[in-house]
Amino acid sequence: MSWFTKTFSSTIGRKLVVALTGLFLCSFLVVHLIGNLQLFSADEGIAFNAYTYFMTHNPVIRAMEIILLLGFVFHIYEAYALSRRNQGARSVKYAVNHLDQNSSWSSRNMGLLGTVIFIFLLVHLYNFYFKLKFGEIGLDAQGNKNLYAITEEAFSQWWYVALYVISMVALAFHLIHGFQSAFQTLGLNHKKYTPAIKAVGYVFSIVVCAGFAAMPLYFFFFK
Amino acid sequence: MILDSKIPDGPLAEKWEKHKFNVKLVNPANKRKYDIIIVGSGLAGASAAATLAELGYNVKVFSFHDSARRAHSIAAQGGINAAKNYQNDGDSVHRLFYDTIKGGDYRAREANVYRLAQVSVNIIDQCVAQGVPFAREYGGLLANRSFGGAQVSRTFYARGQTGQQLLLGAYSALNRQIAYGKVKMYPRTEMLDLVLVDGKARGIVTRNLITGHIESHSAHAVILATGGYGNVFYLSTNAMGSNTTAIWRAHKKGALFGNPCFTQIHPTCIPVSGDYQSKLTLMSESLRNDGRVWVPKAKGDKRPPQNIPEDERDYFLERKYPAFGNLVPRDVASRNAKQACDEGRGVGSTGLAVYLDFADAIKRDGLDKVSQKYGNLFDMYAKITGENPYESPMRIYPAVHYTMGGLWVDYNLMTSIPGLYAAGEANFSDHGANRLGASALMQGLADGYFVLPYTIGDYLANMPAAKVSVDHPAFKEAEGAVRADIQKLLSINGTKTVDDFHKELGHLMWDYCGMARNAEGLTYAKGKIRELREEYWKNVKLVGVNEEFNQTLEKAGRVADFLELGELMVTDALNRNESCGGHFREEYQTPENEALRDDENYTYVAAWEYTGSNSEPILHKEELQFENVKLTQRSYK
Amino acid sequence: MAGNNPNSKPMNLTLKVWRQKNTNASGQLVTYNVKDISPEMSFLEMMDVLNEDLLRQGQDPIAFDHDCREGICGMCSLYINGRAHGPESGTTTCQLHMRKFSDGDTIVIEPWRANAFPIHKDLSVDRSALDRIQQAGGYVSVNTGGVPDANEIPIPKSIADKAFDAATCIQCGACVAACKNASAMLFLSAKVSQLALLPQGQVERKTRVENMLAQHDEEGFGSCTNIGSCAAECPVGISLENIAILNREYIVAKATSENV
Repeated sequence: MSWFTKTFSSTIGRKLVVALTGLFLCSFLVVHLIGNLQLFSADEGIAFNAYTYFMTHNPVIRAMEIILLLGFVFHIYEAYALSRRNQGARSVKYAVNHLDQNSSWSSRNMGLLGTVIFIFLLVHLYNFYFKLKFGEIGLDAQGNKNLYAITEEAFSQWWYVALYVISMVALAFHLIHGFQSAFQTLGLNHKKYTPAIKAVGYVFSIVVCAGFAAMPLYFFFFK
Repeated sequence: MILDSKIPDGPLAEKWEKHKFNVKLVNPANKRKYDIIIVGSGLAGASAAATLAELGYNVKVFSFHDSARRAHSIAAQGGINAAKNYQNDGDSVHRLFYDTIKGGDYRAREANVYRLAQVSVNIIDQCVAQGVPFAREYGGLLANRSFGGAQVSRTFYARGQTGQQLLLGAYSALNRQIAYGKVKMYPRTEMLDLVLVDGKARGIVTRNLITGHIESHSAHAVILATGGYGNVFYLSTNAMGSNTTAIWRAHKKGALFGNPCFTQIHPTCIPVSGDYQSKLTLMSESLRNDGRVWVPKAKGDKRPPQNIPEDERDYFLERKYPAFGNLVPRDVASRNAKQACDEGRGVGSTGLAVYLDFADAIKRDGLDKVSQKYGNLFDMYAKITGENPYESPMRIYPAVHYTMGGLWVDYNLMTSIPGLYAAGEANFSDHGANRLGASALMQGLADGYFVLPYTIGDYLANMPAAKVSVDHPAFKEAEGAVRADIQKLLSINGTKTVDDFHKELGHLMWDYCGMARNAEGLTYAKGKIRELREEYWKNVKLVGVNEEFNQTLEKAGRVADFLELGELMVTDALNRNESCGGHFREEYQTPENEALRDDENYTYVAAWEYTGSNSEPILHKEELQFENVKLTQRSYK
Repeated sequence: MAGNNPNSKPMNLTLKVWRQKNTNASGQLVTYNVKDISPEMSFLEMMDVLNEDLLRQGQDPIAFDHDCREGICGMCSLYINGRAHGPESGTTTCQLHMRKFSDGDTIVIEPWRANAFPIHKDLSVDRSALDRIQQAGGYVSVNTGGVPDANEIPIPKSIADKAFDAATCIQCGACVAACKNASAMLFLSAKVSQLALLPQGQVERKTRVENMLAQHDEEGFGSCTNIGSCAAECPVGISLENIAILNREYIVAKATSENV
């Protein structure tokens, strides 16, 4: 094995990939949230659909899309590989184990939370991304594909809204641990900065996830 | 047998340098032809193993622990002495030498102690180079503190965990050699016999504690660094596993046992709370800097300490020793606490404790200051006793802590068996009749890092490199004897447990061979110990087999040895018709109840030869020559 | 001390203890009742009482590891009621006292569980994997003799104190036992950061962390996912900051060392 593969197949190397891709995905969340805020503009989707057109035709964004895909793939694969290893490190479990007395629930259930998010992602991609790319979609007044209408329709179903809200709660818990954990993995734990990182992570998780969860709720209740 | 201490000629200060030049050397290419066995992996064992392996010898290290780092050196709290004179307060090699000789009540060898003081400075350098995190001043240089028995600050420390940090330094050096393949480590493996071929130590027989497998190991020399035997008293500050088995079985093979009765009893330990008690916990000596020791004036006064008015308290150390007060040496403080309890003035439910009171210190310096100084000790006390020492005084009582006695060794640390060495607490060497605080760590590392690596070369240089096979009849015979002993123990199936016997032995030793001894009590104890030993071999109860992880069997072998050693300690105490250091014979005291030495008749090391389990040992005397210090009566008034 | 404390009434307890004959045997929890346990006893003394009873009945006593019984040797272990070293934080099992329990309690006692810690017997496990991690580089390569004077290496007090905090690890393995992933990262990080902080450790800084982590992984310990159970259960308070230092050291070492 070369030094490179050795590094990235070590426990810390894999964790490093999870942390870096995780932070990258956090940045994606911000961009995605800001863009989608246009769903709230009172123009029956004109701005949102124009934004959609831009996002699907700009070559830089297209390239980023591939990087984003890789980000997801590596984040999920490395986290999965580590989970497998970690489960294999203790074959016989404790009869009584009170981890609740020494650690937070979300920190111990990142895999579960990640799985919920992953399932959400598949549904989400199927409903919007694939329809946009490969499905038959009507055009809006400006002649752009009317993704807004699709959104409006999807979020009129209560179970769909519920899935989104639950998933965003899961994402929030995932991020509350994941955000600060990424900095710990990168080696940044310092009494001067760590409290700030933890606070920012907390606020970030709540704001981003609340922002996303507001969208289906907005459509369901106010449209 | 004539004891030859092999002390080099010449002026005291030049002996070691001269000796190092005169010893024969083993050519670097030849060193790899020699095998050395080291039993024990504490400060002395691990440091010797690492250093000998660095030199090129093949080393095998045996430990009954699961890791070399568990050795009981790890529990030493206070510090390590070294004559660095970093504080510019007048310390020197000669002063450390003098303090140690005097502290030992003039029963140690001048040349050994001087060498110890000389190499003490190298120890600190070595440990710092290994990354041992000693306490430092704000300027980045090493800090020192003062300790009992000295008027200079020469003690280096790492908070209250100096032993741990020093052992981890030696352990890391050992690990490096294990990684290089120069040391082969045998954890959870106990030495059960020494093997002699042509009168020389050539190997050991061991038992794998997990599988019960009995195995022989051959070498060109054997070093025993197996620590002290304080657990002969059942209750002591030693770890549960600390034992005498390795040195005792070597003694039975011919190694003389030096000054077995010299035991150090530490005054500030947490008292016994019940019959179930398994061990005693030391509270650092430093507490006596601010704590005041007292008992009620009246016998049987059972009021809570807060309700006893000032004029009904007896601050007995301050009363008897106005000059030193609560800071008298360990042996003096211990004896006085015992005396107060013997008079019926002891406190607590058992009546076997005295108060160590910080109320005045808290009043004077404030709670914060006291907490800064002693916080961790107060916490430990609270954890163990469930009482808050900030509110009510601590209760303390003396406990067995260290054994100055051990295998007799010459200047080269070789025992009376050629090729068998003893290092650290396992030998009798440098502390005389009383060890000063912070000197045990110094001696263990001096022996391992700086003495044995020179002296063992001198022995090996004169020895052919040919190896002895473990198929040699001497090994087979020893293995057979070991197996037979184990089978005997397992087959008795009596009614009393090993701990029952151990406790009984402990009570006898503590009552009759503890802080105060007299001929009548010692004679009585001797008979009782014999009886107990006979009963042991008829009535001890074990379960299970040899071929398994059998902790009761391990203990049974060790207690069998304690039952023999205990008698030798009593014999030695009976023989020494004087009081010195930790050995206090009630018949020999000054009118003020202080230890009264008899320099005319007892300025010697008592080195005992084993003659059989029920026959009297033979006493050999190594007369001590004092050419550089004047023998005086210690006084702390 | 008994007598000074009016609440020291003896307790009766039910123990469920993991019994396993040897490494390869299968084990199970066995129930024992112990009576008249003084609250002043240490947890291990309570175990001694049980073992003496078993012995008198001709039964095999429970194997468990212990030695110094003052919280420093790192030999004692035991997973007590779902917690490494029991319910009291900052305390080894040997320093845990029965006054933390109440009359009538049921106490479940299990060994450290990790595939890297095979069970010898009952509650005693093989922790030699931790030694092998140390052997992979937990040292400064200096031979005896020929070292500079101790005061030629000044070290800021704050750094020396921090290195000391990391160096207090007692290698008990509670971090592994408590970790959901059975990771030994807290243990490993304590040694790596102690030596990374000190000037003496600089020379081998990169190789050390590379080799020690490789050994950690080879032993079959899990990875750290920053849960924090390890530090919460560590009896000597080794901080999670050490794991961050370890990560940093590893990343820098891998990116810049000469080892390919």
